[in-house]
Amino acid sequence: MPETTLCSLEALAAAIPDGALLAIAKDSSGVAMAATRELVRRRVRDLHLLCVPISGIQADILVGAGCVRTLQSSGVSLGEFGAAPRFVAALKDGKLRMIDSTCPAVYAALQAGQKDIPFIPLRGLLGTDLLANRDDWKVIDNPFSPGDPIVVVEAIRPDFALFHASLADRFGNVFVGRERELLIMAHAAHRTLVTVEEITDRNLLEDQTRAGAVIPSPYIERIALAPRGAWPVGLVDHYAQDEAEIARYAAAARTPEGFAGYVEGWLGKHSRAAA
Amino acid sequence: MQVSRTELLIAAIARLLAGCRHVAVGQSSPIPGSGALLARRLSGDAMRVSVLGSRRNNFFTNGGVELFDLAAQGRIDAFFLGGGQIDGQANINLVGIGSGQQTEVRWPGSFGSAYLYFLVPRVILFREEHTRRVMVPRVDFVSSPGVSAAESYRPGGPYALLTGLGLFHFDKAKQRFRLESVHPGHTVEEILDNTGFEFDRPESVPVTPLPDARMLELIRGEIRVEIAETYPRFAAALAAA
Repeated sequence: MPETTLCSLEALAAAIPDGALLAIAKDSSGVAMAATRELVRRRVRDLHLLCVPISGIQADILVGAGCVRTLQSSGVSLGEFGAAPRFVAALKDGKLRMIDSTCPAVYAALQAGQKDIPFIPLRGLLGTDLLANRDDWKVIDNPFSPGDPIVVVEAIRPDFALFHASLADRFGNVFVGRERELLIMAHAAHRTLVTVEEITDRNLLEDQTRAGAVIPSPYIERIALAPRGAWPVGLVDHYAQDEAEIARYAAAARTPEGFAGYVEGWLGKHSRAAA
Repeated sequence: MQVSRTELLIAAIARLLAGCRHVAVGQSSPIPGSGALLARRLSGDAMRVSVLGSRRNNFFTNGGVELFDLAAQGRIDAFFLGGGQIDGQANINLVGIGSGQQTEVRWPGSFGSAYLYFLVPRVILFREEHTRRVMVPRVDFVSSPGVSAAESYRPGGPYALLTGLGLFHFDKAKQRFRLESVHPGHTVEEILDNTGFEFDRPESVPVTPLPDARMLELIRGEIRVEIAETYPRFAAALAAA
């Protein structure tokens, strides 16, 4: 792969400037938490965060740390551990611009993005307050069958897609398994940044059993090795979500002080580990 | 034999799913997931069940978008939605209370509801909490509407509302709920007191049937083991009850 593709976590996070439109993955797809820590460490600001199509602790931490100006998502919560406390607090304080979406509309907008067409029609949505609050969704009459109102959603091409995966090869290809929404993210985004558990010398595209579930190198801007890089979120077939840690976060993040203490420990732990 | 409320609800869901070919269950839905797995077992495994978050009970290979594409094509017969607020026209609110960006109460968000509610024929609204806080005259925010204008493409919609107190069916022609049964230990008066919208009911409202012996044996055995893969904490609580 080009030498710049493989890089350190710090260099990977440094590629994302303030104000970027950043697409992130849902918990079950592969969440780049180690890279998120680098973003918080270097105090990225004014992100427009696009959750594909929902998020949990990753979005909550980025919001709590003041990195996000606009959040577009179909859902933000800590799942079994309840509401996402910093997300809820930021909305209450008027510190966050929220764009409420619905999962298939996020995917559809990205699918339009991968084709670089301006919009894509999608069923449902008519009569919802989501539609009423979006100026990038409009109702048109079906041109092929008049009298059939249908919503069109504007395409989204994120500046960056960021996620964590199990395996990349040294040629810059990334294996995503069944988590094919990651392909949509990478195809739609201008640049894709990936952290991985492992980097192999073997070209993943030469293995026919795997090649169909690989994002090929032309889409991939940077790859950083980050073992357990999704922690405390899980990674399918590798490790489960660290329930005790998510519970600890959920309790701490109820107050701004508790959140600040949690983040300090989270950033500090990494420094010690790296030392 | 003692039957817990959770077991009663699982059995009620399984009955509502009878005859479905393919049932999908969304995130954070252990009781609907258990109900769907029970319905599958009772169908002699003729029914397909996709539990989001499960590895074993999930055959999607096209990522998160596949559920939505299947629903659009009519390949999903039943799905479950909830609501921080639900009103008498089956509108649901998953976003929050308050106007504009400054929300007094904020919930996680609409997830796939603004789409699936339109496309899946048998959407079961499931919310255990049955209070006037939840069952409101009119939702503050429409994540997804219960009914649509005649010209709107809408093969799907509300089918039933199951709560901790009773079971309602949704009458699409009247655009109202009709109380079908009251759970054992509860009364119609209790439901009236705790519901903020009007609904229809027969003169005499039946009691929600308890799970029969076979259902109960499956819930406490196979289904508990099967759902533990996706919801270990729920399965542990089910065993302890």
